[in-house]
Amino acid sequence: MGYQGNFRVWRGDEDGGGLEDFTVEVNEGEVVLDVIHRLQATQAGDLAVRWNCKAGKCGSCSAEINGRPRLLCMTRMSTFTEGETITITPMRTFPIIRDLVTDVSFNYTKAREIPSFKPPKDLAPGEYRMQQIDVERSQEFRKCIECFLCQDTCHVIRDHEENKEAFAGPRFLMRVAELEMHPLDEGGRTVAAQETHGLGLCNITKCCSEVCPEHIKITDNALIPMKERVADRKYDPVVWLGNKIFRRQS
Amino acid sequence: MAELERHSFDVLVIGAGGAGLRAAIEAREHGMRTAVLCKSLFGKAHTVMAEGGIAAAMGNVNSNDNWQVHFRDTMRGGKFLNNWRMAELHAKEAPDRVWELETYGALFDRTADGRVSQRNFGGHEYPRLAHVGDRTGLELIRSLQQKIVSLQQEDHAETGDYEAKLKVFQEFTVSDLLIEDGRVAGAFGYWRESGRFVLFTAPSVILATGGIGKSFKVTSNSWEYTGDGHALALRAGASLINMEFIQFHPTGMVWPPSVKGILVTESVRGDGGVLRNSEGKRFMFDYIPEVFKEKYADSEAEGDRWYTDADNNRRPPELLPRDEVARAINSEVKAGRGTEHGGVFLDVSTRLPAEEITRRLPSMHHQFKELADVDITAQPMEVGPTCHYVMGGVEVDPDTGASSVPGLFAAGEVSGGMHGSNRLGGNSLSDLLVFGRRAGAGASDYAAALSVRPVPSEASIAEAERVALAPFSGDGGENPYTLHMELQQTMNDLVGIIRKAEEIERALERLEGLKVRARTLTVEGHRQFNPGWHLALDLRNMLVVSECVAKAALLRTESRGGHTRDDYPAMDSDWRRKLLVCTASGPSEVDVVEKPQIPIREDLLDLFDRGELEKYLTGDELGS
Ligand SMILES: Cc1cc2nc3c(=O)[nH]c(=O)nc-3n(C[C@H](O)[C@H](O)[C@H](O)COP(=O)(O)OP(=O)(O)OC[C@H]3O[C@@H](n4cnc5c(N)ncnc54)[C@H](O)[C@@H]3O)c2cc1C
Ligand code: SF4
Ligand code: SF4
Ligand code: FES
Repeated sequence: MGYQGNFRVWRGDEDGGGLEDFTVEVNEGEVVLDVIHRLQATQAGDLAVRWNCKAGKCGSCSAEINGRPRLLCMTRMSTFTEGETITITPMRTFPIIRDLVTDVSFNYTKAREIPSFKPPKDLAPGEYRMQQIDVERSQEFRKCIECFLCQDTCHVIRDHEENKEAFAGPRFLMRVAELEMHPLDEGGRTVAAQETHGLGLCNITKCCSEVCPEHIKITDNALIPMKERVADRKYDPVVWLGNKIFRRQS
Repeated sequence: MAELERHSFDVLVIGAGGAGLRAAIEAREHGMRTAVLCKSLFGKAHTVMAEGGIAAAMGNVNSNDNWQVHFRDTMRGGKFLNNWRMAELHAKEAPDRVWELETYGALFDRTADGRVSQRNFGGHEYPRLAHVGDRTGLELIRSLQQKIVSLQQEDHAETGDYEAKLKVFQEFTVSDLLIEDGRVAGAFGYWRESGRFVLFTAPSVILATGGIGKSFKVTSNSWEYTGDGHALALRAGASLINMEFIQFHPTGMVWPPSVKGILVTESVRGDGGVLRNSEGKRFMFDYIPEVFKEKYADSEAEGDRWYTDADNNRRPPELLPRDEVARAINSEVKAGRGTEHGGVFLDVSTRLPAEEITRRLPSMHHQFKELADVDITAQPMEVGPTCHYVMGGVEVDPDTGASSVPGLFAAGEVSGGMHGSNRLGGNSLSDLLVFGRRAGAGASDYAAALSVRPVPSEASIAEAERVALAPFSGDGGENPYTLHMELQQTMNDLVGIIRKAEEIERALERLEGLKVRARTLTVEGHRQFNPGWHLALDLRNMLVVSECVAKAALLRTESRGGHTRDDYPAMDSDWRRKLLVCTASGPSEVDVVEKPQIPIREDLLDLFDRGELEKYLTGDELGS
């Protein structure tokens, strides 16, 4: 049943590094993370990797397998042939810490830039009433396990370090959409989506949706509807006028 | 040597799961400068994995529910060993904690009239678990995380600094608490990333470090569950109670081997799933214990009717408390009626339409499809018991979470008492919020009242540093991974779901041997993000906590909840009145002694029928 598999794992730190070859035992039913663990236990005790749940629930074990952003714990070895060499590298969009571990603090910074949920002031805890059908849209986005694979894959920041400042990335643009579509949120978020969080930089390539392990339709259900709301707002003279008046008052 | 990084806070929260985050919110709202320390990234703590739901008697689905019913269910589930005051506070305050989450932005599944929906779960008399599909823990942790961000935004608006009052130190491990004159003075630990040491000075420390499952081979728990908080408390001079009670969840995955132990949520059964053995029999009907006979259906027909008419039928025995179901599965497999891979069948495919299954149990559907090539809408799952939760933990004051060491508090899975000998599903998430909040308040009040704050001595800092570095200077050649595997095998085989004296004694001997070998652990590489080194330090905690479990398990000569003795199969009312208390008697030795339980308050006893109490309490407790 078991066989010896060929692996190429990136090892190094911020000062540099490279791919190292390993031959590791692979058993039936295993995922790539099992192999990494066996590598740690038998050949490379100090190989750095993040993981927690080993069941696709926590979003810790993100990396790139043969160049594709994936969760190590949800990538089954049976999807490869026995002779194939499997290359495992850290997420490319974020700075390296060590081996497969990257510095994902960019994401926590972006999370903090999005104004929080703003419920109606006069609603006491326990008085919230919402219909299932109205919460479902935001619930889809709240399935996000913050693996940051969509952030890793989005070309707006993957190839353009200079965009990081102005672009929240698919995960956090989706967070804006989630709040915007929350039945009770009074935040008013469309203008900021465009002007502060960089929605305009997204050109709806859908690469983010393709890598999402939770199969969230980030582009179709969050980003495009947000873009439509922004467009409606910008070109709707009544909204535009109301906006100006409101701004002048405050 | 580089200068030691130093920080000073009013309240230090160790752990960023549900308990830690709720405690931190409370401390910050009490005006304390608060730090949260956690081993993983912010938002990845174990709480994220919780599936089924959070128990709170809101009465949204069945209006007969109220705190008294929840209290009764909790005490029954724990076989009356629970700290009754904790069970009371928990049942009364859980609804407020759930509603509060909605104000943080949580979106639970709804009832037809727009309120928070509630589902059935083992041991709960009415539909009681608020949930979001089967990813409730994710919703809980994300909502708390986002509330913390919102508090940080308020602080930023006021001071220009997001972290002025509430700061998260992620991927940071506490290796020792610093105690001066018997009081908490701070904590010492290292950054995972760089391996550099940090000293925190703080008068109040809240332990919210979760459980101990990584000492067992088959477990639903992640690498974080090495019993750090339990061990930190012991070394600081606090006591642990109920350590013999470990919950083996009846339904973990059993195949393929690499996923063995991963949890299959109880909601599968709550939503209609049934257990069958290899002969196709719904065997749970044969395992209804005497104390529960009146509450459970004795025919399949009645059990099935209950799903649609709960008021006029009794619930199916698949929904007995977890300890009962786990033991039943264990017996079926031992009797040769198990599946090919040593489990039993859990089938929901013949009970609900496929769309309904994918809607109610999306993550189970995904998990089986991706990891085991099983389509749960068309095929049964194979399941067996897995080490899931530790009922035992730090002995605390119910109202404030204070331990016996001034300045040291505990909440969540690391604390003991609330769940007695067995926890009901859904009662952990509510426990985290109820007692996280209380510990946050308790720690704040303590810090605020202190006129002089203890200062960690340079000697204790140097000692903490020496201990943390020891694995690098070791040349005994012991590999931490090997030692860990031996420990897991020992606990699994000898102090597992069914125990007997000779086996536990053998486990204790092996633990002695492992302790000796642990002194010569050797790790390679350097201090930067080095998992081998981290495991070496975690082993120190796992070993001492495992010793508590084994020693207490040996002493308790009865079977109750998460402690089953083959050689003492009956529950014994005299033992209900006794707690086993573990304290440290040396750097890596533990003492276990008996201590009487505080008698249950009269008005709480009156919530039960006398007939039921007679099953649990002794004659003189009943005043006869
Ligand atoms: C698969 C699964 C499903 C579950 N489903 C349910 C459910 O449906 N309902 C329910 O009520 N319960 C459920 N439970 C149980 C429940 O999830 C846990 O008991 C609960 O989440 C524990 O929360 P906590 O806040 O105590 O600790 P955790 O969420 O585990 O957090 C512990 C924190 O402490 C930190 N920590 C630990 N040691 C250190 C250290 N030395 N230094 C610094 N930080 C440290 C960790 O990094 C982490 O942040 C489930 C458990 C599992 C495993
Ligand atoms: S759809 Fe937009 S956010 Fe997603 S990858 Fe493409 S550009 Fe990036
Ligand atoms: S949206 Fe999907 S890919 Fe992006 S962080 Fe969330 S779970 Fe990961
Ligand atoms: S380890 Fe949690 S998602 Fe992979």
